[in-house]
Amino acid sequence: MNETRGRMIRAGIVGASGYIGGELCRIVLGHPRMELVAPVSRSLAGRRVDGAHPNLRGLTDLTFKAPDDAPDCDVVFLATPHRETMGMVAHWAGRAGCLIDLSADFRLRDPQVYERYYGAPHTAPDLLPGFVTGWPERHRKELAEADRISVPGCMANAAVLALYPLTAAGLVADTATVDGRIGSSGSGSGAGPMNLHSERSGAMRVFAPTGHRHEAEVAQATGLTVRMSATGVEAVRGAQVLCRAALTTEVGEADLRRVYRDCYGEEPFVRVVAQRRGLYRLPEPKILSGSNFCDVGFALDADRGEVIAVAALDNLVKGAAGNAVQCLNIRQGWPERLGLEFPGLHPL
Amino acid sequence: MATATCPSCESDVALDAASRQHEIVECADCRGELEILSLDPVLLALAPEVEEDWGE
Repeated sequence: MNETRGRMIRAGIVGASGYIGGELCRIVLGHPRMELVAPVSRSLAGRRVDGAHPNLRGLTDLTFKAPDDAPDCDVVFLATPHRETMGMVAHWAGRAGCLIDLSADFRLRDPQVYERYYGAPHTAPDLLPGFVTGWPERHRKELAEADRISVPGCMANAAVLALYPLTAAGLVADTATVDGRIGSSGSGSGAGPMNLHSERSGAMRVFAPTGHRHEAEVAQATGLTVRMSATGVEAVRGAQVLCRAALTTEVGEADLRRVYRDCYGEEPFVRVVAQRRGLYRLPEPKILSGSNFCDVGFALDADRGEVIAVAALDNLVKGAAGNAVQCLNIRQGWPERLGLEFPGLHPL
Repeated sequence: MATATCPSCESDVALDAASRQHEIVECADCRGELEILSLDPVLLALAPEVEEDWGE
């Protein structure tokens, strides 16, 4: 039994100066059952948290801590880079009862697949089985007892949420083509010539025409053969995926709607959006900025016997920090929406 | 209050007591605009809609 369920818990965030780390700081500071005690950053140790994250001015006087100066916590979020995180997990696991990893290092069950997509051998394969995938809509029961959680990638999460109702219903069984679009925050807070405003502004950069890394996660979660491309678009936040797949049987729009409604009708953060009228008839990331919702919709290409599943989310929230806190809420037995009620902005 | 089935998505559509023939109502699920063709029995049909066209 998790003894922290009935009390405030002490939270640490490693990699707290990055964009995902900043979103974790924002959500944890506003969460009624968590106290942020360890915002950890090697590069900004000793500097004020609201210096790196000015939206938090007036909400905290905390300064970033060096890893060795961080106190023990009840939960530690790892918002640290892929390939580096697997080397630090054992250390942080000894400092917190619950570890929630937002890097890619514990998402893929097969270390050989990891090496193929991330270009380096996995250095902690023995720890892989101990992680539960942070996918509340599918693994709620396992998350309730989990001490190690691996949060999915943003576009992978969107694609899986879009495709899962179809695979679960047996309507899609072979191959899916996933086309992802993502805002500039998806490439992190590191500077570089590729991220200059003069280069990014107005660009629709096809940065992964084939074999985007999240392809492996979507394949693992759905059992489908997945072909994924991705484009960086003129937005700071937001991710959207269009997933095209052949249908195994002839269905109508009403059948598809029923499949999605049955799957997500009771979900607190997944909404079925496939409307005949309105400003945004299919999932649109713009109106989800800052929120933990993933909107999921569909269109039927009846002539070709194909379905186009669409999903959108905020890559930093439901695609990372918000989903991590949703997983923690489940683990703690708290209301799943706790600290995550913000509905997004319109207009924006 | 009468209930009918949306001809587009097959969700239930509730009509209030003041509903009249040829009135346009909205399906809460697919947001389709539906014309009330008749009230007894209740019969709904999709109203014409404006397509989105952003550059075809």
